[in-house]
Formats: sequence, C-alpha cells, structure tokens
Amino acid sequence: MSFKNSYFSSIFWPRLRHNKLAVAGGIVVLLFLTAALAAPLISPYEPNAINAWQVLAPPSWQHWFGTDELGRDVFSRILYGSRISLKVGFVAVGIAVFIGTVVGLVAGYYSGVVDTILMRMVDIMLCFPAFFLILAVITFLEPSIWYIMMVIGLTGWMGVARLVRAETLSIREMDYILAARSIGCSDRRIIFRHILPNAMSPVLVSATLGVAGAILTESALSFLGIGVQPPTPSWGNILTSGKDYIEFAWWLSLFPGLAILVTVLAYNLLGEGVRDALDPRVKRQ
Amino acid sequence: MLRYLIKRLLMLIPLMAGITLITFAVIHLAPGEPVEMQMAMNPKVGKEARERLKKFYGLDQPLHTQYFTWVGKLVKLDLGRSFSSDSRPVIEKIKERLPVTISLNIIALLLEFGLAIPIGILAATHRDTLLDKGITIFVFLGFAVPTFWLALLLMYFFGVKLNWLPISGLHTLGSENYGTLRYLWDLAKHLIMPVAVASFGSLAGLSRYMRSSMLNVIGQDYITTARAKGLSERVVIYKHALRNALLPLITLAGFSIPGLIGGSVIFETIFAIPGMGQLFYQGVMSRDYPVVMGILVIGAFLTLIGNLIADVSYALADPRIRQG
Repeated sequence: MSFKNSYFSSIFWPRLRHNKLAVAGGIVVLLFLTAALAAPLISPYEPNAINAWQVLAPPSWQHWFGTDELGRDVFSRILYGSRISLKVGFVAVGIAVFIGTVVGLVAGYYSGVVDTILMRMVDIMLCFPAFFLILAVITFLEPSIWYIMMVIGLTGWMGVARLVRAETLSIREMDYILAARSIGCSDRRIIFRHILPNAMSPVLVSATLGVAGAILTESALSFLGIGVQPPTPSWGNILTSGKDYIEFAWWLSLFPGLAILVTVLAYNLLGEGVRDALDPRVKRQ
Repeated sequence: MLRYLIKRLLMLIPLMAGITLITFAVIHLAPGEPVEMQMAMNPKVGKEARERLKKFYGLDQPLHTQYFTWVGKLVKLDLGRSFSSDSRPVIEKIKERLPVTISLNIIALLLEFGLAIPIGILAATHRDTLLDKGITIFVFLGFAVPTFWLALLLMYFFGVKLNWLPISGLHTLGSENYGTLRYLWDLAKHLIMPVAVASFGSLAGLSRYMRSSMLNVIGQDYITTARAKGLSERVVIYKHALRNALLPLITLAGFSIPGLIGGSVIFETIFAIPGMGQLFYQGVMSRDYPVVMGILVIGAFLTLIGNLIADVSYALADPRIRQG
C-alpha cells in the first residue's frame, strides 16, 4: 500500500496537477457535483412550480435562464436536471465497469476456450449500433431512470472488457503471479488480490470518459422522449421543449445544451489528463 | 489473399448467429409480451382474439422453436409483418428507407474523412503551435457537443432566423415538377444540415486519430532517411508519410459505422428524414416489435459488412496483414 501511495503522491498527482486543462476539468466536475448535491439549497425556485404569468419569459434578473412553456424556472430545472444526469452517468458507468472488469479478468486469466467465447461475445455486442440496442430494450420497458442506467451500462462494458483483458494477459506472466501461485493462492485470490489492483489504471481513464458518454446518451434518450419522463427535469427533456418552442424561446435550447457541453467537456479533459498522468511513456515535463 | 478472405468470411457465421441470438433475447426476455403491447393500444380486443393473435405470431410456441422459426424466415429475408395499421412486410418498409440512410451516411463519411485528414495533417505538422492547440480545442468541443443540440442550433440559425435552409424532409412540396437542376439543388439544400450534423459527431475523433497516426509515422526512421536525402518537406509529408499514416484510418472507417447508423435515429428524427433511423424511432414509439427487431438485425449486419470491407481493404493496402 505504501508503494502505491508514494506512486500516487510522487508521480501521478504532480503530473495531473501540472496539466492545466485536466485541472480545469476537475474543478468543473467538482463544481457540478456540489451544485447537484446542493440543488435544493441553491435553486431559486421549485423546479416544477408552474407560473401562468411567466410563460416563456426570456432571461432576466428574476429568471436567469428564462422560463419554459409552463412558466417554470429554467435555471432551477437545469440544476435539478444535473442530479439526474450525474446519477445516470455514475451508475451506468459503475455497471459497465463492473461487468467489463469481471469479463476481462476471467477471459485474460483463463485464456483458451473461455477467452474465445467471451471475446466473441464482445465482438458481437460491438456489432450493434449501441443507440439502437438501447432504444430497442427501453421500448419494452416502462420508462424509468433505473432502466436507463441499467441499459446504458449493459451496452457499454465491451471496451472495459478488452482493456482489462489486455492488462491481465501481460500481468499474468509476471513473476509475482508465479510466486503467488507457488505458495498456493487460489485462482480467485490471484485474480482479485494480485491482478485486479494492477489492471485498474486504464479502467480509471475509460470510466471517466464513460461518464461523459453516458450523460450524452441519457440526454439524447430523454430528448427523444424515451428517457427521463416529464415533469422530472433532465437536460435532455428540457431540450425537447426547446425544440418545440425554438421559434420563440432560444433560451430553452441554449442553456441545457451548454450544461451538457460543459459537463461532458470537463469529464473528457479530466479523463485525458488522468490518461497522460498514468502513461509511463509520456515523459515528465 | 484468397485464404485471408475465406477465413474472414467463415468468421462471419458465428458472429451472425450471435447477432440473431442477442436480438431475439433482447426482445423476448424483456418483461411484457409483444402481443400485450399491441393489445394495450386497443382495449376492445377480447381474450379469445388475444390467443388467436398469439397463435398467429407463433408466440404460443416454446422460445427455442420461436427462435428457429424466426431465423429460418430471416434467412429468406422474411422479417414478418409490421404491427402498424398498414401491416406491410417489414422488409419492404426497410428496403424503401435503407437507401436514404445509407447514402446520407456515405456522404457524411466522405465529408468527415475529407475534413479530418487535412486537419490531422495540419495539427501534426504544426505540432505544439497555436494552430495545433486551436485544433485540439476544437476536437475537445467536438467530442462534447450533443449532436441533437447542434442540430437544434443549426435549425434555429439557418432555418428560423436566416431562413436560408429548409428544416425538415428531403424535398420541397411539389418539387417533382422542378427541372433536374432545380430538383437537385432543392435536395442538396435539404441535405446540408443533416449531413453536417451526422459528420460532426465523429469528425473530432477522426482528426485526433489522424494527428497521432501522422505523428507516429513522422517519428519513424525512414522519414528521417527521406529528410536526410534532402527531399523537400512537402514530398516527405505527402509522398512518404501520408500513405502510411492513412492506413489505420481504414479500420476506423469500419468502426465508425455503428455510430453513424445509431446516430441516424437522432438526426433523421429531428430533420424528419424518411430513413431507417426514423422508421426505427417510429417503431420504438409505437412498440412495433417486428420493425424494431428487423432493423436491429439489419443494423448489426450492416456493421458487420462494413467491418469486413474495412478489414479486407486494409489487407489489400498492407501486405503484412494478409500474410500474417
């Protein structure tokens, strides 16, 4: 453990801190997380409070981002929408990382037939346009945020599986694995105690980037009316009314889109930064 | 080369079998039954009629029998009949919409490559300059922009505000009577925004990839040799480096197919383009499960074929692959 800590504090952290874009991304990520957690405290209005006198009002001091077709405050709705987006992002990626890691570890460690079958499954899953698969499954389920998270996760684990498998294949040949085996460690112990911790760093990168991808997918689904259902606000379904009222109310389209853009950008920058910081081939500056 | 081709073709068989299995599982293991979906739309249907419908669609058979019946029909390109009121065969519906989606995606793919290659070369040859940094920022923005939002913004500016471009469909009403030139111009105007949106999605990734591929090649010894011979930078880059830097992009073209097909749901829905994506969306919304299943399978097969074409072209371009 102490070795890992020293690696973290002497190489990883200084490298990451040196990368201005990654730091900026990290700050934005933290900012949005805080805002999402504190939404009930910050938001100036109830996100679902209808106000018939303020329908489609343009941005003003009372309503920073204007109001929607029911007179609801767009700023408050975006704030509450961030809770949905982030929840979907984290849970979906959690599911994808879990499945991908287990599949990758098993395929890489046991190799042979097990490996062939699992990797062919990955190939097959990758043939489906992911968005088609997600839409098809969601059609036959009641629309709910939990199903969306599950389906995005279940269709997004293949990349992680390939990464973990590749790592496992090379770690498996290391001397310390041979040593562990010679003192009689069980397969399970070797896989989870010795290989897993060392195979996780590429997963960290793809998880960070995956959060961005899941947020994009959720917003597209909600935009198409298949994701988070109104009146629960989500960035995607606010944009749906943005589309309906595009001729009169640009603010309904602009602000939720910007929220998605900034969040996804932040996660991507952070993820790329983590990748560079973990990459032994990148020279220290 | 022939042996390579045969090997690749044989590998398609298990993949195709897997695709049909997953499609079948997705539809049949989801809670709720397809017939129930159709019933829900029409409360007047009684229990008897329900059983009759179940029998008609073979849903009273055990799952594995249903699967083999379905695959047996699939082989003959029989995808069943749509649940919608016209009850037309699904394959006919797909046939009339597939060309729209494929040609749109091919135009988008060409545009993507046409832009990404020069952008990637510029970024690589001007590494760490302001230009490279500008391109990097553009690339990161490109990764983060939701395509449907971009579509909305374009619609707002060019469609609503400036009124330069039509915002939906492929033709103006009554355009059948236009002369050829005017007809094509009308079509082109309708295509600009959808194609721009479709290609923008992968443009960022592709140009980033081109940049790193180019940088990778420029670092090789034979480029140093070429420079040492006193060749001009232009010849070094465009004659010696470019051809090798382009190779990995062939594979990438194959990989970008599922994304393009999946993305067509979004831009065809927004711009009301009568393609396969729109059909899929309509199928999903009306729970027309033969259509959903059919398009899911066809979409995956298209990806498979696209990947095969990419791999074979790669093998044609790079002798190391086909001998390996």
